[in-house]
Amino acid sequence: MVRLKRACGQTANKLPDETQQRQRQNTVAFKLKKVTTMATAETRNKIFGTPETNYLNCTKGWKSWAFTLDHKRIGVMYLVGVTIALFLAGAFALILRSHLVKFDSNMLSYDRYNQMFTLHGAVMVFAFIIPSIPAALGNFVLPMMLGAKDVAFPRMNLASFYLWIVGTMCLLGAILFGGGLDTGWTFYTPYSIETETGVIWATFGAFVLGFSSIFTGLNFLVTVNTMRSPGQTWFKLPLFLWSLYATSIIQVLATPVLGITLLLLIAEKTMHIGVFDPRYGGDPVLFQHFFWFYSHPAVYIMILPGMGVISELISVYSQKRIFGYSFIAFSSVAIALLGFLVWGHHMFTSGQSPLVTLIFSAITFSVAIPSAVKVFNWLATLFKGSILLNTPMLYALSFIFLFGIGGLTGLFLGALSTDIHLHDTYFVVAHFHFVMVGGTLTALLGGLFHWWPKMFGRMYNDFWGRVSCALVFIGFNVTFFPQFVMGARGMPRRYASYDPEFQIFHQISTVGAFVLGIGILLAYGVLVYAARYGKRCGSNPFRAASMEWQSSSPPDFHNFIHKPTVNDPYDFDSQVYDEELDTYLPREYADPAKTPPRKEPVHH
Amino acid sequence: MAIAETHDTHGEHHDDHHDHGEFIAHHFESPEQQFDSGKLGIWIFLVTEVLFFSGLFVLYTLYRNYHPEIFQVAHHYLDKNLGCLNTIVLLFSSLTMALAVRSAQTGKNKNCETYLLITMVCATIFLGVKAVEYSHKWDLGIWPRSMFHYHEGVHETGIFGLSNYLIKLSVIPTLLLVGFAGYAAFQYLTDKANNARFYIGMTIMVLGYFAGVVGGVVYQNAIAGDSHAHAALQTAAPLMLHAATIDKSSAGHDDHVHADGEGDSHDDHDHADVPAGSQESVPDSVGIFFSIYYCMTGLHAIHIIGGIVALAWIYRRSQLGHWREDYFGPVDYVGLYWHLVDLIWIYLFPLLYLID
Ligand code: HEM
Ligand SMILES: [Cu+2]
Repeated sequence: MVRLKRACGQTANKLPDETQQRQRQNTVAFKLKKVTTMATAETRNKIFGTPETNYLNCTKGWKSWAFTLDHKRIGVMYLVGVTIALFLAGAFALILRSHLVKFDSNMLSYDRYNQMFTLHGAVMVFAFIIPSIPAALGNFVLPMMLGAKDVAFPRMNLASFYLWIVGTMCLLGAILFGGGLDTGWTFYTPYSIETETGVIWATFGAFVLGFSSIFTGLNFLVTVNTMRSPGQTWFKLPLFLWSLYATSIIQVLATPVLGITLLLLIAEKTMHIGVFDPRYGGDPVLFQHFFWFYSHPAVYIMILPGMGVISELISVYSQKRIFGYSFIAFSSVAIALLGFLVWGHHMFTSGQSPLVTLIFSAITFSVAIPSAVKVFNWLATLFKGSILLNTPMLYALSFIFLFGIGGLTGLFLGALSTDIHLHDTYFVVAHFHFVMVGGTLTALLGGLFHWWPKMFGRMYNDFWGRVSCALVFIGFNVTFFPQFVMGARGMPRRYASYDPEFQIFHQISTVGAFVLGIGILLAYGVLVYAARYGKRCGSNPFRAASMEWQSSSPPDFHNFIHKPTVNDPYDFDSQVYDEELDTYLPREYADPAKTPPRKEPVHH
Repeated sequence: MAIAETHDTHGEHHDDHHDHGEFIAHHFESPEQQFDSGKLGIWIFLVTEVLFFSGLFVLYTLYRNYHPEIFQVAHHYLDKNLGCLNTIVLLFSSLTMALAVRSAQTGKNKNCETYLLITMVCATIFLGVKAVEYSHKWDLGIWPRSMFHYHEGVHETGIFGLSNYLIKLSVIPTLLLVGFAGYAAFQYLTDKANNARFYIGMTIMVLGYFAGVVGGVVYQNAIAGDSHAHAALQTAAPLMLHAATIDKSSAGHDDHVHADGEGDSHDDHDHADVPAGSQESVPDSVGIFFSIYYCMTGLHAIHIIGGIVALAWIYRRSQLGHWREDYFGPVDYVGLYWHLVDLIWIYLFPLLYLID
């Protein structure tokens, strides 16, 4: 251990205040300038060239994965895990859509249908979307973006993954041992107390998944606070980190309330403690309040990381400094905080006082403002940028489009009078799929394509990547756009049979769902193929300026074998092309003879 | 910053096995980065704990608003004296915990060890007293809402006239006691005095539980005078007095204003459950108070047990002499957790026991 510490060569940093921090920053910059003149081709090759050993092959055997504390491996394992959950819940969705092809279909019994949509929703929400971007992508890049070796609490990080496995198993245990689950993912009382199905399994699973999520959030908050590189101030953080930070705040503040709610539900079901059960004087609407106090903020747990990914992609692939950095950064925090005050918009028709509904409606409208701020900033970033329409960028653009629709229809639902009509119809279903699939899933895919070369050191096939994006985009719209229409015309959600006049909409939607499914499969196919057979790529093929791109691809076990340069993550001019390595390098390391002069003055 | 300064002076003694290098994880750059991370981590964890309990506090507030009369009456059935005793025990344990942290900060491992042992014993005394309180209530049919059926007098008792429930609750502590004591003896006989010391500590810790139980039982017998039934009657008297009030106010619930304004369908069920003319016995709707009581104190007790495990861990490490001026983080973190658990009790006690 001592040796290791020596090797890092970093003595205690006593940084009590800002001034000292700035001084330090200057000395770091100074030292690096010295390095510059000395960076030989050999050094360059050693730091940025394709390494012989990396985090993937430095140790072998299943134990080296199962007990790893390396955030990169944990991220990869999480990615595999959430992908399995996605495919499983996606299969449920396709079965549901197949059932709905005919208005009086009896492909599934009505009971089975109820169980199918419940498991689809519960697995997608708790086991896939919530952990997807933070725990898989975030885990991989967050420490690297800080120039750190790992997250603050690596063991807790691994524990989070194992809790995810246990929680997901319990959730699925509801089908295997609990005889299905038919409450909907919201577990509303009193039905959830009465039904004989596996509510206890599922709620316990969600409870455990909640802890998994808290562990990730806590870890990220601490890591961003204490493990930034010297000189890396808050405003030099990539926006992805701001969004992960805001997400973590929600995870830490909202999830415990879900935890206690689910425990109370279990207690109610087993002992009838009479807090939610009307038969014993309990208040079933109270459950809804408790549930949405978590679950509305949870929808921001789902979307904020996606927004962070998009901020990175838009900026990198238009090679332009992100427009309105601080607006995007603070809008994440604003969304996180305002998100706690709007849960009542899910309960406009559940019996709240008119005054309360009014207030919730008003705050709901205001929460749309920071979301719009982001969209406008992304558009402004694109303006006059040199746009590269490769796979990740296409995903990013489709995100903006789909999230825009999803967010705006949220306002329809947040308006009191329209919501009375639209509540519990397919309009709501379409709304949240636009934000969750069109938003988060699209961002996840975009982010995977963006960071894949870093994670596995190989480039994907851009043509097939773009095809996958087109299929996802088209399939998605064909699936969910008709749902807006039929919802507005009164088709209620969660019904196994319906009036014949809606049949055509359902049929279009089902066709779209299969196209969407093929698109997602293709995307994963392209990625997996690339990880195995793709062309080797350099450390920074896209000329991104955030710190994770200063590691080799794939990164070393310790992330960096040098002290990465701390620079502005949106100053793309700081990276210059190196022919030998066929990749971009920080100016400090590039061959001075071949380095073009700075285009713009350095911002600090 | 004291840490930072000592760091450099000790930096030389790499072969000294007390060097912090032993305890600094590879991904931290410096001991104080590790300490700061741990400290921030534990604070955030405490925030999640507060929010976890906050759900129950909200529940308490709402139901006290819905049914103030039930709360007024039901709390008479909690024994203020035992509650007060437990409060004092926990407050004292907070003091010894603080002293343990202080000792660790100054590198006095021996003192730290002693203080931690006292803290753990306080924790188990608390649990012992709680076991007496719980079992006594169960004997009288005071359960959560659906199982609540108050009856006077204890029908069955086990050995020594102890409550059967109390005996069941004490099975695990008894097994632990035998296990720890036996293992301590085994370690001692096989010349592992160091290990034996730890298990002796654990034995003493578990003994605290029995001290709590004995204290609680002796106290209850003392107030009971000669007969159990008498005690039950005494405590139950105010309940019966108020039973009529509850019945009335439940029946006349229609003029109650509800916070959520969604009408009061649930209240209709409520008084349907109360048998007409139940003046003689306690209406079952009182059970809602005890539902909340058991949820809150039960969750709190689980946290106490978790705390004991954490305390045992740092107790062991003090025996191994791990703490020094620049490395005492774990004691600090566990200390913060312990203070929070105490603090929650400080809120629970007046809210549940001292309602008047
Ligand atoms: C841009 C701001 C947004 C607004 C104003 C908004 C508004 C609303 C409203 C009012 C409802 C309730 C509809 C009803 O049940 O009658 C709703 C439902 C929902 N929203 Fe949003 N929303 C927004 C963004 C999001 C985002 C970003 C997500 C997730 C990533 C999301 C996920 C959901 C879900 C899952 C439901 C339905 C829950 C259910 O009943 O199963 N929303 N939204
Ligand atoms: Cu919402």
